[in-house]
Amino acid sequence: MSEPSVDFQHVSLRYRILADRGINSFKEWAIRWITRRMRYQELVALSDVSFSVPAGHAVGIIGHNGAGKSTLLRVAAGILRPTEGTAIVRGHQAPVIELGLGFEAELSGRENIFFNGALLGRSPAEMEERLEEIVAFADLHEFIDQPIRTYSTGMVARLAFAVATTVDAQILLLDEVLAVGDASFRIKCQERLGTFRDAGVTILLVSHDLDAVVKMCDQALWLDKGTVRAYGPAPEIVARYKTAVAEGPTVGGAIESAGPDG
Amino acid sequence: MQVTSVPVLVNAADEKVSVINEIRDLVAHRNLLWNLVRRDLTVRYKRSMIGFFWTMLNPLLTMVILTVVFSTIFRFEGIENYPTYFLSAYLVFGFFAQTTNQSMQSLAWNGALMKRVRVPKSIFAVSTTLSGLVNLFLAYIPLFLIMIVTGAPICSTVLYLPVSILLIAMFTLGVSLMLSALAVYFEDVQHMYQVVTLGLMYMTPIIYPISIIPFKWFWVIRANPLTHLVKLARDPVYGCTLPGQHVILASSAAAVIALVVGWVVFHRLARGFYLHA
Repeated sequence: MSEPSVDFQHVSLRYRILADRGINSFKEWAIRWITRRMRYQELVALSDVSFSVPAGHAVGIIGHNGAGKSTLLRVAAGILRPTEGTAIVRGHQAPVIELGLGFEAELSGRENIFFNGALLGRSPAEMEERLEEIVAFADLHEFIDQPIRTYSTGMVARLAFAVATTVDAQILLLDEVLAVGDASFRIKCQERLGTFRDAGVTILLVSHDLDAVVKMCDQALWLDKGTVRAYGPAPEIVARYKTAVAEGPTVGGAIESAGPDG
Repeated sequence: MQVTSVPVLVNAADEKVSVINEIRDLVAHRNLLWNLVRRDLTVRYKRSMIGFFWTMLNPLLTMVILTVVFSTIFRFEGIENYPTYFLSAYLVFGFFAQTTNQSMQSLAWNGALMKRVRVPKSIFAVSTTLSGLVNLFLAYIPLFLIMIVTGAPICSTVLYLPVSILLIAMFTLGVSLMLSALAVYFEDVQHMYQVVTLGLMYMTPIIYPISIIPFKWFWVIRANPLTHLVKLARDPVYGCTLPGQHVILASSAAAVIALVVGWVVFHRLARGFYLHA
């Protein structure tokens, strides 16, 4: 029995923010501080989240907006540190949290591939080996030496997905990435995710596309206001989530943005 | 089952952030660091020699203007080779001012990057300082050309320059860390700092000799760490002398204090970057 690839133990994440988030200038902050009008508010993004994912499993993370799905992914990627608890992730990761960020408009597609590879912790030699495959998957042969600013949105998305998924990761963290690109590219992405699953890559997928979750994932993790509502076989959890959404507005999305108003 | 060494990420609440861990993390990300520096330089020089000479124009023209102004209109007594006197200090001040200003932008711009992948957060201040250093080395080329043309002596003391530049770079990195962290929280810090930069320029003996300062105000100039750091870089080039012991001491102290304070402020504010960037 091998160790789980992703293991969350009682992970909580809280922010302390100024009650009125309007402060983004030093002037205003100084005035507030002098006049003693600083009110803080605690925002709970994740609360006692525990779950583990065996190597090679795909887990869909579902829940309404602001439930903490992206936060959870970022804790797994090591971008955010939990306030309490421990998250352990075993293996090379490829976080695809937002496609195309970190691309520099002035640099060519080729240079951006190396730059992005470096962001994902890959050496130039490793990227050189994969260059052809990336260019082929993104279908960008004649444009690869043009600056990225001349690319269309779809081209950038294809390149970003190709880079992120061509680095031989053992763990793939995907946040709503299937929503970009045209239909044929989406199918290509889904196929690729399928081959990853067959190759034993562990996948955490945040998606609002419940059918895709059922189709592609073994398990589903249902998050509600930062806590785990249910974790189990994907079809069962998705069905329960659907019923809950249909039944009442309590889960539906009353707290759309998790904004700290009020 | 095949056993290969896989990286294990332990993201725990009680994990310690220390300088040593951060440096280890930076070394692990050296490839990214190198890419960030290269990106800065490529975008700046537009991958051409013309781009390179074009950026040389700025210090050259500034030098011409200031030389004309200060050797014909406002004259300082007893400064030979004014262009060398001025440029040998202005270059390093320019490095400091540009790097600190740019690191604020760099961290704010790359905030989106920090949300996407895990990188050591100080990497942007470090890469900005490194690309600033490359620019500084390139800027010494026109200075030495000007020295040859104007007949100013070039002595072997210039070999001391790397030591001077190292201390100036440490000081700059420390200030960059602190300012860039503040700039993530408050967008007006950057505008305020531009005024501060201008003030610092006149508070440092760059265009004028320190001897014109009235004794009453001497302490202000001496309390300014840049006064010593600038002298550290000027003496070997202009004065043909090695910097005095007190200059080296004051500069080293300034560099170490700036790095420590910069790191402490940066590290304390870094946790909240995610919410503000």
